[in-house]
Amino acid sequence: MASMSRQRGGLDAWAIGAIIVACSYFALWGAANATDSAFAIQMWTALGAFLFGGALLTGVLGRGPALDQSSRYENGVIKAGVVASMFWGIAGFLVGVIIAAQLAFPNVLYFEEWGWTNFGRLRPLHTSAVIFAFGGNVLIATSFYVVQRTCRARLAGGLWPWFVFWGYQLFIVMAGTGYLLGITQGREYAEPPWYTDLWLTLVWVAYLLVFLGTIWKRQEKHIYVANWFYLAFIVTIAMLHIVNNLAAPVSLSGWFSYSLFSGVQDALTQWWYGHNAVGFFLTAGFLGIMYYFIPKQADRPVYSYRLSIIHFWALIFLYIWAGPHHLHYTALPQWAQTLGATFSIMLWMPSWGGMINGLMTLSGAWDKLRTDPVLRMLVVSVAFYGMSTFEGPVMSIRAVNSLSHYTDWTIGHVHSGALGWVGFVSFGALYCLTPWLWRRKGLFSNALVEWHFWLSTIGIVLYITSMWVAGIMQGLMWRAYNEFGFLEYSFVETVEAMNPYYIIRALGGTLFLLGALIMAYNLWRTATGKEPAHVRTADVPAQAVAAE
Amino acid sequence: MTYEQATQFAQTWGLVLLAVCFGLAVIYALWPGNKKKFDQAARSPLEEGDDNDRA
Repeated sequence: MASMSRQRGGLDAWAIGAIIVACSYFALWGAANATDSAFAIQMWTALGAFLFGGALLTGVLGRGPALDQSSRYENGVIKAGVVASMFWGIAGFLVGVIIAAQLAFPNVLYFEEWGWTNFGRLRPLHTSAVIFAFGGNVLIATSFYVVQRTCRARLAGGLWPWFVFWGYQLFIVMAGTGYLLGITQGREYAEPPWYTDLWLTLVWVAYLLVFLGTIWKRQEKHIYVANWFYLAFIVTIAMLHIVNNLAAPVSLSGWFSYSLFSGVQDALTQWWYGHNAVGFFLTAGFLGIMYYFIPKQADRPVYSYRLSIIHFWALIFLYIWAGPHHLHYTALPQWAQTLGATFSIMLWMPSWGGMINGLMTLSGAWDKLRTDPVLRMLVVSVAFYGMSTFEGPVMSIRAVNSLSHYTDWTIGHVHSGALGWVGFVSFGALYCLTPWLWRRKGLFSNALVEWHFWLSTIGIVLYITSMWVAGIMQGLMWRAYNEFGFLEYSFVETVEAMNPYYIIRALGGTLFLLGALIMAYNLWRTATGKEPAHVRTADVPAQAVAAE
Repeated sequence: MTYEQATQFAQTWGLVLLAVCFGLAVIYALWPGNKKKFDQAARSPLEEGDDNDRA
């Protein structure tokens, strides 16, 4: 009871309430004084969200904590994260299919009257939706799950995890609607404007403190390696986000801002951020998933714990230097380009060490791959991790990069990592989490997981092979000279030549989306199933056990 | 600090410092005395269901 009364009117509720009130005032002031209509729409959106947040908070205070007390762990916010992950995943994949179709059929899917349907606005909507909305929600939900179990401690911070959850959704909505309105900083994977960046900073600091607070009150002496990866992800993203987004707004009542960096320094800052978003968001965070969910689902300890520690520190020491390989043959000093390429090649070792560690966790349990499609999904994700982290260093070599850069080879590479590694490891984790959190004996249907697995795998193969062919062809056509020393092909001829591959790519993406829809149905039926709930003994609160 | 001073430091002592830090992490991982602790840690996610865990 003591803990309940603390949560009812605690400092956490007052602080979150104060943030909501202050931000509501700013949003109202911004909406009233907006220098452009896009900013006004953003501020009204934010105001609506803060009023919703205020109502939610008042509701919580009125009827006592919404926190689920039936388990010794806080599960409600993780359940919400599973739902949000699935929702944003489908939204993001759908936008991906739409823009793939726009490239494949440009004459059909071009609407001059509706600027917001333009490829230029929908592309960042797709990248942010899949990386930050889908991937971010998966990372927040799984990190909250893993840190509680491996620390044997309830999530710290009372209502703050809920602030992180809803605050992050608001960041996504603000960023996404902003792109449709034409608001962008023009920085790859960091398109949101200054006020959205500030909001994310606040949410992210809260996330860090919740995570650290839970580690602080742990009942286990040793901090399990998955938490190291999650922590590196949270800390590094905070650093990257703040430095890359240093900017001066032209006006407090408008969205436009100027970066504090200029010229080549600006370019390097962007790709220091951009590549480490790959390294610490899309790699370190999801490796946290790998190091918890694969041992759990295979019911075997990680192959080598020592290797996992070396994997961790080698990634930390190497990844941060690899960004300059995005700027080969630019104004960036050549030594910096070489440094970026060298560190990218050195990354082979920890990447493959980690892959071997994940795969070999199954040693002695390989037969489970035949019967457990969820485990197969997790293991295939690790294989894709190995494949894309092999391809990446190859593409960072200057000679290869001169062929691959600016072509669709890059897009294929990104998607082998994003669909194969990040997508599959997330799907595997969500398939594990849903029966665990909703206390079911298993998934609604393993056969549907098989369908999802094969549809998505075929989709990925179509996607990456078509982009390899398209990209290499495009690169070769760009550099082809005729006997007089003139370029053999005009640019539009290279675009025309890629059309069949764009159609194959759109088909691959559609299969991937179809798989995700099957997954959503399966998870929905699992969570709402009629089958009696299955209580996991480990999750029963200590008091309930003592009372028995 | 000028650009030259910064690169001078990064290419000498900065490099040594980071290499030593990484070396220490590797030594920690491979130290024979830590083996038992790591073996236990590796099993910890699998032992959530144990009865004495609930006490």
